[in-house]
Amino acid sequence: MTATATSTAGTRERTAPWSGQSVARKEDGRLVQGQGSFIDDLGMHGQGYAWFVRSPHAHARIVSVDPSRALAAEGVYAVLTGEEAKQMCEVPFFQIAPGAGARIEEWPLAVDKVRYQGDAVAVVLADTRDAARDAAELVDVDYEPLAVVVDGVAAADPGAVVLHEEAGTNVAWHGTYDYGDIDWALESADHVVRIDRLHFHRFSSTPLECNGATVNWDRGSGMVEVKSNLQMPMFAAMVIGPTLGVPINKFSFSSRDIGGAFGNKIAFYPQIAALALLSRKAGRPAKWTEYRTEHMMTSTHGNERTFLDIEVPVMGDGSILGVKVRAYDDVGAYLHYEPLGAVIWSQVVPGCYKMKHVRVDFTTTLTNKCPVSPNRGYSRMQHLWMLERIIDIVAHELGFDPVELRKRNYVQPEDYPYETPNGCVYDSGDLPRSLDIALGLAQVDFWRRRKQELGTGKGKRVGIGIGSTLDSGTNNFGQARIINPDLPFSGNGEAALAKLDLYGEVNINLGTTPQGQSHETTSAQVAADILNMSPEDVTVTVGFDQAHNSFVGFSGTYASQFAVTGLGAVMGATEKLRDQILEVGSFALEAPKEELELSSGTCMVRGDPSRSIPFIGIANLVYTNNAVLPPELRSTVDLNCRYVYVPPFAVPDAEHKTGNLTLTYASQIHVCVVEVDEETGATEIVSYAAVDDCGNRVNPRIVEGQVHGAAALGIGAALYETFDYDEEGQLEQPSFYEYHAGTALDIPDIQSGYLESPSPFTPNGAKGMGEGGGAPLHAVCAAIQDVLGKDDAVVSDSHNSSERVYELLHSADHHRARGVTVVSRPSADA
Amino acid sequence: MTEPSTTHAIEVTINGKIYHREVEARQLLVHFIRDTLDLTGTHIGCDTGSCGACSVILNGKLVKSCMLLAPQADGAVIDTVEGLAADGELAPLQESFAAHHGLQCGYCTPGMLMSATYLLRENPTPTAEEVRRGIKGNLCRCTGYVNIVRSILAVAEANRARLTGTSAEGGQQ
Repeated sequence: MTATATSTAGTRERTAPWSGQSVARKEDGRLVQGQGSFIDDLGMHGQGYAWFVRSPHAHARIVSVDPSRALAAEGVYAVLTGEEAKQMCEVPFFQIAPGAGARIEEWPLAVDKVRYQGDAVAVVLADTRDAARDAAELVDVDYEPLAVVVDGVAAADPGAVVLHEEAGTNVAWHGTYDYGDIDWALESADHVVRIDRLHFHRFSSTPLECNGATVNWDRGSGMVEVKSNLQMPMFAAMVIGPTLGVPINKFSFSSRDIGGAFGNKIAFYPQIAALALLSRKAGRPAKWTEYRTEHMMTSTHGNERTFLDIEVPVMGDGSILGVKVRAYDDVGAYLHYEPLGAVIWSQVVPGCYKMKHVRVDFTTTLTNKCPVSPNRGYSRMQHLWMLERIIDIVAHELGFDPVELRKRNYVQPEDYPYETPNGCVYDSGDLPRSLDIALGLAQVDFWRRRKQELGTGKGKRVGIGIGSTLDSGTNNFGQARIINPDLPFSGNGEAALAKLDLYGEVNINLGTTPQGQSHETTSAQVAADILNMSPEDVTVTVGFDQAHNSFVGFSGTYASQFAVTGLGAVMGATEKLRDQILEVGSFALEAPKEELELSSGTCMVRGDPSRSIPFIGIANLVYTNNAVLPPELRSTVDLNCRYVYVPPFAVPDAEHKTGNLTLTYASQIHVCVVEVDEETGATEIVSYAAVDDCGNRVNPRIVEGQVHGAAALGIGAALYETFDYDEEGQLEQPSFYEYHAGTALDIPDIQSGYLESPSPFTPNGAKGMGEGGGAPLHAVCAAIQDVLGKDDAVVSDSHNSSERVYELLHSADHHRARGVTVVSRPSADA
Repeated sequence: MTEPSTTHAIEVTINGKIYHREVEARQLLVHFIRDTLDLTGTHIGCDTGSCGACSVILNGKLVKSCMLLAPQADGAVIDTVEGLAADGELAPLQESFAAHHGLQCGYCTPGMLMSATYLLRENPTPTAEEVRRGIKGNLCRCTGYVNIVRSILAVAEANRARLTGTSAEGGQQ
């Protein structure tokens, strides 16, 4: 093997404070040499290879499962069927939903019925991957196909075929969010803009590394060891523990490098549970590496949402008073993390705007499609997309300039802290200025002239669009009570451990599971500032390990929060460690603590370097020489400092659906310029800018990288990426061959800018960021809208392939319904 | 009649080291590299030749190692990501990816580096457009390619300076 080379892009030449600098990443040395440890690179002694047997039908009764031919095949250790798995379990998986949704019984493998294409009915363990795959084909399953429902709105019809008979309905959750007085607003407005239907399509971030795990149910100890790439492993433990009858302290979850996740690696706990039972049955570890089609078909998709009967009251000056809408969230065949999507959107009820009257009638439905779970921008981007569509449609219909209309309705810089109609508190920001910066970066003045010159009928048209979003971060998990008031969840938090090791090494353990967000680097920056040393001399343990005990129930890497919760925990733990070092130093140097300082791994009397003790000396006194310490010091100092950062939340009001649901609101304002070919509908992005305001940036280059990534995934979704099902529930994009993930030729160069509006609510003034709020979907749709004429249909879908743009360009020729009407009071001037 | 053989004896040179192995006829080259030889830097992101995470350089050509069977590589000379750094020093491209934040999760990075290495061998001073075309077969879901393009262009810039004799910093692949 190649020896590990070290990067020269080091940090030695720089000086403190390290926070705020684009310090080189600790992760890169191993990753650029192919020395990362991703899930398929890991395993356990004596492991077998698992392969799931999956349904070709979207909805069918399981008549029989016969594993005998598979068991007779060479190299096969065991086959576990759905019925057998159920017999080994104590209870079905915990459900978040109340009422009908709570009655759903989900087990590790399908029992009696399959409910989407790819639903797992059995799993095989064999001595090689190929033997397992071959044997999986020998498991004989008899299916009796059933009627299929793939439309999220039709699924709510009383006559629709029901997926889960025990629930008796496909409606997993329903509730009305009603703030202000929308009826009054609709009566009082100068104009009411009505939009028939908007549809936010299904897609996923599709991390390049698929899911995977090696699970061992240890025969002797009963310990269940899980090496996986789960991004919220202790959530999985809490879900599957009662089902498997395994207490949390008999689990040992761990992870190392994770090859992207974007929310998509939160909810594959059914697979983990099935592997645990398979291991238990076979008496050896079970290793499973998901393959790409399995991922596309069964891992997870993002929430597909349909908005119906949208009504928007608008005043003559362009003030938008609110919105009334019915929303249907299609979450697929099972409730994985759902129906939390039915409340998460309400972190951003009015989006970036000051509208005060909002009524959303929200229904979560089950369909014969892949279950959804969080996907970058989870649930908020769907809602924000609808709001941004509303802004541009209002502008288009009533003749407002989209820039001026936004600026008129934005929450203004002097309004912060700004309380929204449902009690969320926007912490800080400057949206108008962010928009101006973005318009400048995208060279919109140039493109406006170009648009003017080209007009229409010259083969190409230019369109300019804006996407204004909030990237709400650090959830108050109490919002789950708005879904189900009986849930014992609220608040949030993250843990970290800071310690000196036996020879004085500084080490940080995190409760998080980074997937490219550079937690080792930024944690080291923060710890280095507190200990007054170089981040190069701070080691941050790679990966998550339950055995470190640096976790709480919320631990993981998701929902734009590390800069607040994770770094808050690192700060707290490291400050405790500094205090302990100073206490031991005070004894050793015979000087009061107040006269001591730390410098590059040494504790010294300020101004007198001759009186100093290095960290190795501090560690020696505590770990291997403690008889010299006075008793009170021995009993209080251990140099192992755990801290849990807890944000200041209250329990939301579940009845009125109000409360502060997230701590921080980073903003992202994107501007997109497209050039559309009139003959073909081919749409090319010719200029793109993104301005991020996430408060104080701990590492600006890493922040910029997140902005690029969120922009690229959104652009891909807006133009290229979609999961479609035919009427029989067959997925039409089961691999990267059909699912066109954006390539380097598709994704434009992205101009990025920033503002720093520090959050008054966080320990470091930072805000969580990274998800990005789906801003490109909003901006691309707005740009396409800008290309269309007065008589054309409105852009009503979040996915716009060239074919769809072509249809939009020609919608007026075919007298298609425009999908929008405006009712104005007689006296009102548009 | 004897059964047709289902295994082949192959000899492959990877990063300068010669390997002799008996392999199953159906084994993919990428599984041979990863599982048989334990060179796990080469990754798998799809099964359709779409993502490029398994890219290696075989007999001087860039290939996706999930699209070849191991027996087809008999006699081949292959470079993988593990061979890029030499004598404890990172290759200029590796340095540049680190310096320009050209990677986040790092999963596409080995394949991306091999594509970029091949690109710069063929064309030491590509334009941004040529860089984008050169890596179009490699998917990255984290970076939006912006910093990957910057990383490769920085090495191209050093190559250009070296070729025109203005400066000798960095350079090559």
